[in-house]
Amino acid sequence: MFRLFGETSINFMGSRRYAYVVSAVLVVATIIALVVHGGPRLGIDFAGGTVIQVLLKPKQSADVVRDALAKADLGKAEIQSIGTEGGYLFRLKEGDVEGDAFVVVKEALQREVPDLGVDLRREETVGPKIGRELRGKAVWAVLWVLAGILVYVGWRYELTFALGAVIALFHDVFITLGFLSFMNIEISLPVVAALLTIGGYSINDTIVLFDRIREQRRLLRREQFDKIINISVNRVLNRTVLMSITTLLAVFSLLMLGGEVIYDFALTVFVGVIAGTYSSIYVASALALDIHGPEKRKIRR
Amino acid sequence: MYRAQKWKALLVLLVLALSIWYILPSLRIYGMSEEEKAALSSEELEDLKEKALKLGLDLQGGMHLVLEVDKTDLEDKEAHDAVDRAIEIVRNRVDQFGVAEPLIQRQGESRIVVQLPGLLDPERAKALIGQTALLEFIIVKTADETRELLNRLDSFVAARVPAAVDTAQFPYFDPASPITSRMLTIEFGGVFFSERDVPDVQRFIAEAGADTLLPLDARLSWSAEDEQFQGRPGRVLYFLNKKTELTGAEVATARVAMDLDPDRPDAPGVLLSLTRGGATVFSRVTGANVGRQLAIVLDGKVFSPPVIRQKIPSGEASITGNFSDKEARDLAIVCRAGALPAPLSIIEERTVGPSLGQDSIEKGMKAVVVGSTLVLLFMLIYYRGSGFIAALALFLNIWIVLAVLSAFHATLTLPGIAGIVLTIGMCVDANILIFERIREELSTGKTVARSVESGYQRAFRTIFDSNLTTLIAAVVLFQFGTGPIKGFAVTLSIGIVANVFTAVFITRLIFDTIVSRRRLERLSI
Repeated sequence: MFRLFGETSINFMGSRRYAYVVSAVLVVATIIALVVHGGPRLGIDFAGGTVIQVLLKPKQSADVVRDALAKADLGKAEIQSIGTEGGYLFRLKEGDVEGDAFVVVKEALQREVPDLGVDLRREETVGPKIGRELRGKAVWAVLWVLAGILVYVGWRYELTFALGAVIALFHDVFITLGFLSFMNIEISLPVVAALLTIGGYSINDTIVLFDRIREQRRLLRREQFDKIINISVNRVLNRTVLMSITTLLAVFSLLMLGGEVIYDFALTVFVGVIAGTYSSIYVASALALDIHGPEKRKIRR
Repeated sequence: MYRAQKWKALLVLLVLALSIWYILPSLRIYGMSEEEKAALSSEELEDLKEKALKLGLDLQGGMHLVLEVDKTDLEDKEAHDAVDRAIEIVRNRVDQFGVAEPLIQRQGESRIVVQLPGLLDPERAKALIGQTALLEFIIVKTADETRELLNRLDSFVAARVPAAVDTAQFPYFDPASPITSRMLTIEFGGVFFSERDVPDVQRFIAEAGADTLLPLDARLSWSAEDEQFQGRPGRVLYFLNKKTELTGAEVATARVAMDLDPDRPDAPGVLLSLTRGGATVFSRVTGANVGRQLAIVLDGKVFSPPVIRQKIPSGEASITGNFSDKEARDLAIVCRAGALPAPLSIIEERTVGPSLGQDSIEKGMKAVVVGSTLVLLFMLIYYRGSGFIAALALFLNIWIVLAVLSAFHATLTLPGIAGIVLTIGMCVDANILIFERIREELSTGKTVARSVESGYQRAFRTIFDSNLTTLIAAVVLFQFGTGPIKGFAVTLSIGIVANVFTAVFITRLIFDTIVSRRRLERLSI
């Protein structure tokens, strides 16, 4: 039988203070990243505007493209090179361009380089009104997921556990948000979907651990609470790590092979899964322990 | 115990048979080459398309538009109607693109969603859809005038259009009179062509620039809808006066009414009321043209060519004919189209070029295949024989998700594919939980059968809880999501439910069968 870890008895709860420091540093780093960038960077789905993705044949250097747009009074457009085959992404704000954005950009490029092939890969325009609506919807979606999970976990476990679980979830989503902000990745609809998925994953992972803690508490009535948690974490350690490995394998292939459209989504989930694994042990369980206190208590079912 | 297993096995077989039944059409249609598709009759192809898994706009390429009807200048009563009229106008315009399966849908109070799959010219589509509607009333040429114009067109086209027309396919085609030899009948100024001749006639007129040949007082317009002549479907080409007698601005209102035709009191018709200025013009026009047709033309398409029976001085005209309820309703909407202009604006647009769509399918599928292969290899190495059972469960899981999507006529989007990838993770998680439990039970010295049983029992509750919380997230996502994101929520939700079936129910059945039949002493786990 091949195992990742044999019978381990690592004192996870003993080192939880260090973990708190790590989490605090990450949370503060997130806040700094967000403040420095003036809040999360909203994509056109939420801020409104236009995204145009083109394929240039033959491919052109970024300088040529930038010049072409600047000459056409589109200097404000954000330009991003995509892939190695001459792909470019342009982001325009509402009101940056008169008339049809793609036609304007295409003509600007062809004025600079005559006979340039400009293939439209993708064009998305979201009006400011829809952007506002989607923003509201996204916030509500996140709140509903949190509320739903809090209610369910609170009903299935003690409230201290539910609190720990939801704080862990918040921690994961928040830190992932910080990562996105740090990497200057836009919050688009797929990224919000990814953040909600992380919420589901984080809770999933936490629940596996909590179930084991509840079981162990029933078996080891005389033990200290922190010891019970340690035993439980060690028991499910194999599963926790295996699960992260398999999920990360799947998400990694999406990240590497899924193409440009799904890249941000995959990256967000990837980071969130790592955070979720860590937080089940060091945030959810550790907080449950600290909120609950280390003493033995009668088990409530 | 043994008996229960038989029933369970039967259930599993039933589910598998159903899922194969639902997936087969998709496998057939996406595996076919263009020639094989052409070999099928159109009904067979339609049927197959209907049953097969649909691809979202982000995968097949196309355009998704959300239009808003600006109702700020309208009263409440008019406002509701404004969206109906706008939908009719948009449908009329969308028909011109020849898109295979356009979707035009009202959304909420003032919005219209338009989806044009496989559209190649998004710029033209946007320009056309965003225009203000133009409704005109135009006198149709008489049959004699039309014949004469047709003859002139014919000789003009015959001299210019190369004789490269397949005469085997059109045995009745006469190169000397390319247009008239195709027509089936003339009624007033309307010339009927059967369906398969329409594209050629359009080509003749356009390519040869024949419309420039028309006298200054004539123009051509096609009928908006398919018409029938002696049971054959086709379209009518109308020869109209150049001059517009009235525009939609002079229409006060139009509504469906019964009792308009004394001969047929039950037949629906349209009652048209004009403004005072419109009534004066209408009186003069109808007075001068009794017995001729007055075409109702929206955006250059003829919707109805009613015959003027008498002079109408009152400004109240009734349009009767062989209308169905729906046709009468649509005609009333068309008549109102220009009456109360409610500007349409595009508030959201998402266009995916076909090349990117194709890319996304290929890359998404590759990610699914590579991702699941990696996970499967990992499971096989880590759990040996039991890993094989988990692999089977994983395969069945993906299979069932695709079958359920087909069965519910859902659409597969790129985020949907991402949902499948995440399902892969969820599916093996359940098996990992179970296998780790069984290992623990085995290490306490229990027999294989007992270990399997208590392993499943203990893991089940955890699996249930953890899947349910993810389901909560997926359901909220579904409520919140638009388009592709909904696709993600749907595949993830189906994946979670299928997961409990494949990763718990089916694997348990396999374990039980192996363990009870073979009386195993050791388990490969």
